[in-house]
Amino acid sequence: MKKNKEVKSDFLCGLWDGIPVGLGYLSVSFGFGIMAVGSGLTVFDAFIISLTNLTSAGQAQGVTVIASGGTLLEMALVQLVINIRYALMSLSLSQKLDQSFTLPHRLLAAYGITDEIFAVCSTKNSTLRPRYMYGTVLVSMSGWVSGTFLGAAAGELLPASVTAALGILLYGMFIAIVVPPASKEKSILFVVVITSVLSVMCHYWVPTLSGGFAVILCAVAAAVLGAVLFPRKEEEE
Amino acid sequence: MSIALYILVMAGVTYLIRVIPFAFFRKKIKSVFLRSFLYYVPYAVLSAMTIPAIFYSTGNILTAVVGTITALVLAYVQMPLIVVALAASGSAFLTGCLIP
Repeated sequence: MKKNKEVKSDFLCGLWDGIPVGLGYLSVSFGFGIMAVGSGLTVFDAFIISLTNLTSAGQAQGVTVIASGGTLLEMALVQLVINIRYALMSLSLSQKLDQSFTLPHRLLAAYGITDEIFAVCSTKNSTLRPRYMYGTVLVSMSGWVSGTFLGAAAGELLPASVTAALGILLYGMFIAIVVPPASKEKSILFVVVITSVLSVMCHYWVPTLSGGFAVILCAVAAAVLGAVLFPRKEEEE
Repeated sequence: MSIALYILVMAGVTYLIRVIPFAFFRKKIKSVFLRSFLYYVPYAVLSAMTIPAIFYSTGNILTAVVGTITALVLAYVQMPLIVVALAASGSAFLTGCLIP
């Protein structure tokens, strides 16, 4: 009985901690929904993409690949490069897992590793238990999926001026993720500036290069340069 | 090409990236170069996706520039993600209302 109560409160704690993430996702994924439909996808496609991927940058670029008729290899590489950060987060979280986090739980919960869920789960003082993580993932995913659906379905009902302004929403979130660490660490600022310059050069000088590959090329080049010039020591993590 | 196939590849690759280290990898990456590279990748990716695409995201370069500057300023003073994202959109919308 006691165990049962503990398990339940774990889940509720997770739900509670996930609310800000869910609310943030709701509005950001609204922008994704609009963007996906604007790129020629159906409401159902957009809904399924959000449900199965649960990631902002990867989905946005994935839709670009679909819209431009890219190859499946391009799609796989784009997702690999954009989402490789999740491998690092997974790795970091895996060191924090409670004994009750058995393999089936790991296989299920891995679905929900995003930047924000990682932030919530990794800053907890205790070990990470499955039900807590399910709570945060569930509320975050609900926000993400319902926002996508609303954006994709009702985006058409909004006046064009509103839809146009919402197009910048996801990019605003990317800026919010990048700027604070870049203003604190020179090495990150360096990588950000180099990537931006490369990306602008690609866009104007090699317009035939598809968006997905341009992002991969610029990002990998800048990150390699950053790793060579500013290698990070263990303690800096 | 079928959209379902694209979505399958998208979701499959993304899930594998998350699940392999989470479920099976127990050791720590030792290579300083690899760790540093992985550390910088997210910032590089987000930058490459944002610039210059953000300037075309609203269909009007002026409203996009106003939204971008708003986002940069608010992100610099460490406002939450949601505030920055909504303010970027809101300022772009208001600018759109003001210009003919």
